[in-house]
Amino acid sequence: MSCMRRFCHETQSHDSLHSCMCRRSVALLLLKMSEERDPAALSGSAQTEGEEDLFVSAMESPEAARLSAEDISPSSNGPRDDDPDDPDDLFAEATEEVSLDSPERQPILSDGPSPAITPVTISPRVDVFDRSPDLDEDEEENRDTFDIQISVSDPEKVGDGMNAYMVYKVMTKTSLSIFSRDEVCVKRRFSDFLGLHSKLASKYMHMGYIVPPAPEKSIVGMTKVKVGKEDLSSVEFVEKRRSALERYLLRTVKHPALLKDPDVLQFLESSELPRAVSTQALSGAGILRMVNKAADAVNKMTIKMNESDAWFEEKQQQFENLDVQLRKLHASVESLVCHRKELSVNTASFAKSAAMLGNSEDHTALSRALSQLAEVEEKIDQLHQDQSYADFYLISELLGDYVRLITAVKGVFDQRMKAWAKWQDAQVMLQRKREAEAKLQYASKPDKLQQATDEIREEIEEWEGKVQQGERDFEQISKNIRREVGRFEKDRVKDFRVVIIKYLESLVHTQQQLIKYWEAFLPEAKAIA
Amino acid sequence: MMLLAVNVDLQTDATLQVDISDALSERDKVKFTVHTKSTLPNFKQNEFSVVRQHEEFIWLHDSFVENEEYAGYIIPPAPPRPDFDASREKLQKLGEGEGSMTKEEFTKMKQELEAEYLAIFKKTVAMHEVFLCRVAAHPVLRKDLNFHVFLEYNQDLSVRGKNKKERLEDFFKNVVKSADGVLVAGVKDVDDFFEHEKTFLLEYHNRVKEASAKSDRKIRSHKNAADDINRIASTLYTLGTQDSTDLCKFFLKVSELFEKTRKIEARVAADEDLKLADLLKYYLRESQAAKDLLYRRGRALVDYENANKALDKARAKNKDVLQAETTQQVCCQKFEKISESAKQELIDFKTRRVAAFRKNLVELAELELKHAKGNLQLLQSCLGVLKGDT
Repeated sequence: MSCMRRFCHETQSHDSLHSCMCRRSVALLLLKMSEERDPAALSGSAQTEGEEDLFVSAMESPEAARLSAEDISPSSNGPRDDDPDDPDDLFAEATEEVSLDSPERQPILSDGPSPAITPVTISPRVDVFDRSPDLDEDEEENRDTFDIQISVSDPEKVGDGMNAYMVYKVMTKTSLSIFSRDEVCVKRRFSDFLGLHSKLASKYMHMGYIVPPAPEKSIVGMTKVKVGKEDLSSVEFVEKRRSALERYLLRTVKHPALLKDPDVLQFLESSELPRAVSTQALSGAGILRMVNKAADAVNKMTIKMNESDAWFEEKQQQFENLDVQLRKLHASVESLVCHRKELSVNTASFAKSAAMLGNSEDHTALSRALSQLAEVEEKIDQLHQDQSYADFYLISELLGDYVRLITAVKGVFDQRMKAWAKWQDAQVMLQRKREAEAKLQYASKPDKLQQATDEIREEIEEWEGKVQQGERDFEQISKNIRREVGRFEKDRVKDFRVVIIKYLESLVHTQQQLIKYWEAFLPEAKAIA
Repeated sequence: MMLLAVNVDLQTDATLQVDISDALSERDKVKFTVHTKSTLPNFKQNEFSVVRQHEEFIWLHDSFVENEEYAGYIIPPAPPRPDFDASREKLQKLGEGEGSMTKEEFTKMKQELEAEYLAIFKKTVAMHEVFLCRVAAHPVLRKDLNFHVFLEYNQDLSVRGKNKKERLEDFFKNVVKSADGVLVAGVKDVDDFFEHEKTFLLEYHNRVKEASAKSDRKIRSHKNAADDINRIASTLYTLGTQDSTDLCKFFLKVSELFEKTRKIEARVAADEDLKLADLLKYYLRESQAAKDLLYRRGRALVDYENANKALDKARAKNKDVLQAETTQQVCCQKFEKISESAKQELIDFKTRRVAAFRKNLVELAELELKHAKGNLQLLQSCLGVLKGDT
């Protein structure tokens, strides 16, 4: 990797050291790792927010958890390839491996450039940077200035019959500079969203980024809409989808890397978008996806990874448990939504029958009271209906989103396993080549020996490079995942807190209304003489 | 006590007090301990108890219905058969599904179902008691000999349930009666009071039937929703114990909250069941008994009119006049006797009905308020803790 510049070209300032360094290192890593990426996307995707690189270091450290501005796990490489020509380069004198056991550590987060500081040391910052990922002050600050609003609205049906589709208006309001305008409005259809997700997944997932999953397809739901049924269920379906698409976009732009991705920008801004045909289930790409998924599943079973990092093992188990419980919760909440809707319908029906009973009752006061009861029940039925919408849109959809998100998280862990496997495979190949080289000494005829030796030497070098690359990739993806999981957990805590509080407030409102209605009814009942 | 739900104006009469002091649920029958306190001379003691089963209550009721002397009274409706089938089925299903849920869930659901079983049990006791109290409060029926035997005879009454043949006979009798009832109903009554009552009762009975069915369905949905909240609370608890982030405390608190609100929701459903559904069910049966009274009167009227026609014919032919005259006299007396008591019975019925509805509607509103306020308080205090915990 090239030198780590102190002066950051992206923010045009003397930014905190570690953030710039990591941005560049990531950029170069991406350059090497991606094969399918077009060059244009490179600059966009390289800009991960450096602040997020502050995370836990390897657990082998017996001391308290340390800050790792760079990746200081023992098996990784610290900054290397110093450029002696650059006076601003702080790492000019940095040692190649930064050992955790080095006693001389000094805070690296100094304000302003001070090229005189050598050697580079990192002090343990137990209080701030400990194992829980949600204590990153700089990251918090950046979040507060996260200024982008996205809305998905105005679903419109275009076309007729089975070729019809819904078009949604996507409006983006932002003050961020990467956008060309403050406010932009585009029209998108569902397959456009799927196309966006597909592109993002292929670009970022293998690096360990958690790419938010797109809303699910629904053949039944869409067919009803296409056929033109204007009934309640198809209206609800469109609304459900619109809301899901909005949440999807918001989650995508919340991810600092994805926000700057050119595909995302194009999606939000450009008026014309090439039709994403490969998202159709039965297309060639769709079939390929299914084959790949199957292959992945088989591979997963055969890869037996030696997990040296307990953090990953623990996290994987946690996500497994979380998955099970969230699914269970989701099922119960869906059942609740259903029963509350039923309750609303039955209450309305009872209200009608109570009104009829009141009509036929020949005692005037009782008759009036029964009519009042009918009115109360009718209002209560409306309450139940509203509550069931809250149940659904607040809780049930959130849970559904998180079940899908956790699948994406698990996918990212799988990617790490694949990276590990690739690295291991490279090591095996290298070993074989070395053995082959050793054998050569005894095998070939003297005239062919030189040529064969050269060949094998070349191959050995090639595989040595691949082993190093594999190791680096593995380290990188592990690092990325740690960061991503930290961010994910933070978001999860926030999301759930916000939603649950909103939900409880809706329950409070329902009870307050109930009290109002029954308090109005009580004197009527008492007035029966 | 639940019995007061429908028996609002039965004065505590020292001459005859009846209640069900105990009940035992065996596998497929319930044994009620009927306890009597009386100063009447008919009884050997002032206070005594016997054990009776549901079939014996039905026997007593049927004996009233079949007694011509009581044709002019609203016969207190028979208590419905104790029905634990649904509850037993649920308990069985729970037992089968034991493997698929956690121990806490299983214990919780078991407790729920046991509470439900107990509630059904209490209800059936109350309904049998109400029947006896209505009989004891009725000025004429309370003197009935069968009733006294029922109360006092401490051996098994050996009342066997009706066998298949007898049940078939009953079925046909009912068919004939309803067909007949339609005919009788068609006969316009000279008396305005009864004409009005007939129209009123017909419509009222149907409306009560519908309201009763709808209220049952509503309460069932309510119970289902409460069950869901129960499951949600359990899962939240598990999440709370497993979560590695700050959410664990959050989940545990919300789980606790839902446990409590779920209990309240279940109580709301139970109270609605008691105060509204049971009330409607009872008046469904009472309005049927009132309709039966009107039918008997109508039948008597038709008989009387037929007897009149027969007498005229006999006089015209001058054949069997005396016989015709006797028949006509008997029919006339019967009809007038029924009419007289029926009027009072129907007025009493209205009074009882209005009072029962008033009491129950007031209590329903008060309970709904109490529960809503309880719920609100729980929710608000939990919200306060959660919001302050950021």
